[in-house]
Amino acid sequence: MRERVAIAGVGYTAFTSVSPGVSYREMTYEAAVKAYEEAGIEPKDVDSFVCTSEDFLEGYSISDEYCNDQLGAVLKPVQTIPGDFMHSLAVGVMHILTGKFDIVVVQALSKASNMKTIPEMINFALDPVLNRPLDVTPYAIAGLEMNRFLEEGRATREQCAAVVVKNKANALLNPLAGYGASITVDHVLESEPVAEPVRLLDIAPYADGAVVMVICSERLAPSLTDRPVWITGIGWSTDTPTLESRDWVDAVAVRLAGDMAYRMAGIKCPAKEVDLAEVNDEISFKELQHLEALRLFEEGTAGKATEDGRTSLEGTLPVNPSGGGLGVGHLFECSGAQKVLELVLQLRGEAGARQVAGAGVGVAQAWRGIPSTSAAVAVLCAD
Amino acid sequence: MAYQRVAIVGAGITKFVRRAQETGKELAFQAAKMALDSCGLTMKDIECVSLGTAPDAFDGVHMKGEYLSDGSGGWRKPYMRHFVGGGTGVFAPIHGWFHVASGMFDTCLVVCSEKMSSCHPHPQGAFKTIFDHTTEQPLNPTLIWIFALEMNRYMQTYGITKEEIALVSVKNKKNAMDHPSAQLPMEITVEDVLNSEVLAWPVNRLDISPASDGAAAIVLASEHVAKRITDKPVWIDGVGWNLDTAYWATRDLAYPRYVEKAARMAYEMAGIKEPQKEIEIAEPYDPFDYKELHHMEGLLLADRGKAVEMLLDGKTQRDGDRPMCPSGGALGVGNPIAATGLMKVIEIFLQLRGEAGKRQVPGNPRCGLAQAWGDLMQVGTVVVLRR
Repeated sequence: MRERVAIAGVGYTAFTSVSPGVSYREMTYEAAVKAYEEAGIEPKDVDSFVCTSEDFLEGYSISDEYCNDQLGAVLKPVQTIPGDFMHSLAVGVMHILTGKFDIVVVQALSKASNMKTIPEMINFALDPVLNRPLDVTPYAIAGLEMNRFLEEGRATREQCAAVVVKNKANALLNPLAGYGASITVDHVLESEPVAEPVRLLDIAPYADGAVVMVICSERLAPSLTDRPVWITGIGWSTDTPTLESRDWVDAVAVRLAGDMAYRMAGIKCPAKEVDLAEVNDEISFKELQHLEALRLFEEGTAGKATEDGRTSLEGTLPVNPSGGGLGVGHLFECSGAQKVLELVLQLRGEAGARQVAGAGVGVAQAWRGIPSTSAAVAVLCAD
Repeated sequence: MAYQRVAIVGAGITKFVRRAQETGKELAFQAAKMALDSCGLTMKDIECVSLGTAPDAFDGVHMKGEYLSDGSGGWRKPYMRHFVGGGTGVFAPIHGWFHVASGMFDTCLVVCSEKMSSCHPHPQGAFKTIFDHTTEQPLNPTLIWIFALEMNRYMQTYGITKEEIALVSVKNKKNAMDHPSAQLPMEITVEDVLNSEVLAWPVNRLDISPASDGAAAIVLASEHVAKRITDKPVWIDGVGWNLDTAYWATRDLAYPRYVEKAARMAYEMAGIKEPQKEIEIAEPYDPFDYKELHHMEGLLLADRGKAVEMLLDGKTQRDGDRPMCPSGGALGVGNPIAATGLMKVIEIFLQLRGEAGKRQVPGNPRCGLAQAWGDLMQVGTVVVLRR
């Protein structure tokens, strides 16, 4: 049996559409101070720091230069992961499992409101020779994929819209969320077309926010917290970056990452053993695709389950109780952080009006967004 | 809880050139294949992949780690890119080390690929956006300026001359004559360095490493697997890394304290008490000639201000008492940022195995070190290897 890793402290800002009063550094600082206070530590107690950033998103080359001052991590072992927060979390877990590190701090940030040309920037992630010259909106890729998903009969258009309705309603109960709304399936279907069949309300709107977590070894956990949340499994994977050869129906990387995390956590039957899930829903249908990749629903059944309310807060398997990307906002590399944060609050019983009853085992899943095929999955357990 | 011991069991390097015909993906593929072939493994034997590559602005590709994933062998595997600026190349084996030492994996392919030539007219342009957007970018600084400041400070503090520092460039470019990957192998003189074009005084053209395209890769394995693959494993016995403040203008540039912190972390793990005695061979990062001396001091391989004496005494020559950059370093082999760091690790790997060919140093060294450095004169990464 492998040693468990505990989440001993979480710190976060609210997730908002703009954050004009604070710089990106101040946002991380706010989250870091809260996380350190919760775990009762000082930065000097930390053995290593793992930050998350992508150069083009930060607006710097070598953006890792600017990650440490606001964490109090000057002259400390600090590294950066250009991935999702959950990739950084996996690095933190590996650090602790070597036995050489007891306390690790993991950080991620989104300052999306600083980015003026997000679709153009995302186009820079396409193959420079084969795909970028086509100069289409990146949502066209999501449109193609959603179309294929629907064509294969994996869900109906209405079922995808039901995901939006559910998540935006959940977000109304989350004081951190920026995009809560009470809407209907028709609102989604009648919203502005972006790249058919993707409509405006199918897309998670951009948001700003920062999250910092203190994780520690099992040995040290009792001295940092009396309400640890355990990371019992973590996995990550990448499918092909090539548009021409990828699987347009299934999220292969999510399946592989999920299986890795389940194996580590000793979970044999996820649909039975998992109590709640926070999955990536950057585009409405992705929630359904990801739930099936994670083996939480059989192929082609997640849409019906959503329509029937089985993934609602009161359902048999609540999904995205926080409001998800659709309700909280798309946080770029901080997206996975918001998901892990929600599970931590739920598993501690601190989720307020959106508290899921009997939450004991949760799954969080991140996807790096259009046009990537990288994913990470974590299994979290209450004490 | 004790970690799994981790060995390097295979390595590969492409040729370093100013402008490669191959894409970054293809360079990554070539290096990865060479590394796998060198130890008789295939991708089927590899459980996870770790990628190192420097700023996305070189290639003009956003999320460059995603773009390079298939060329690097990351397809449908646990694959992750890490980033510590110019220090990335030596951080790559450290990042791979976590994967295996944690017990989560038994084999890891570590790939570093860099394609700087995509950036027009010159990759230095990518470095214009590394500075703080409010306090520094309005001054329109270049990377070479800040190294000119640092070099000047180093020379002033210890009374070191440009003539002395130029000897590093002469040594490393000559060492590179024997490296099959080398981009700038040259027999030059101190006069040549001093007479080359002044870029930002005291930095002349021949004080600087070139911009390059290239890739390097290594295969890591846990102890019980490594012993099945090779009878000459080289062990990663110490890892260290450290990041100083981004407010570089508030620091004394004469001494890289972040390199010292990283080195002490690695030495402690490797049980090294007296680095000047125990580290027999080293590859300090040498993107500029003065940096080799600067880093030797940060690594505690020379006393402060005294590295130049070892250089003048010939101790850092390949046949000297403490060979530094026997590969030819960034100055001679070339500087495709992340791939350079890994090239340095591979040089120590080959030297410790006695497989460095014409570059082989005498004395059968048992313990060596590779180091890289980056960001705003801010990051130190150190790996201690033993056979």
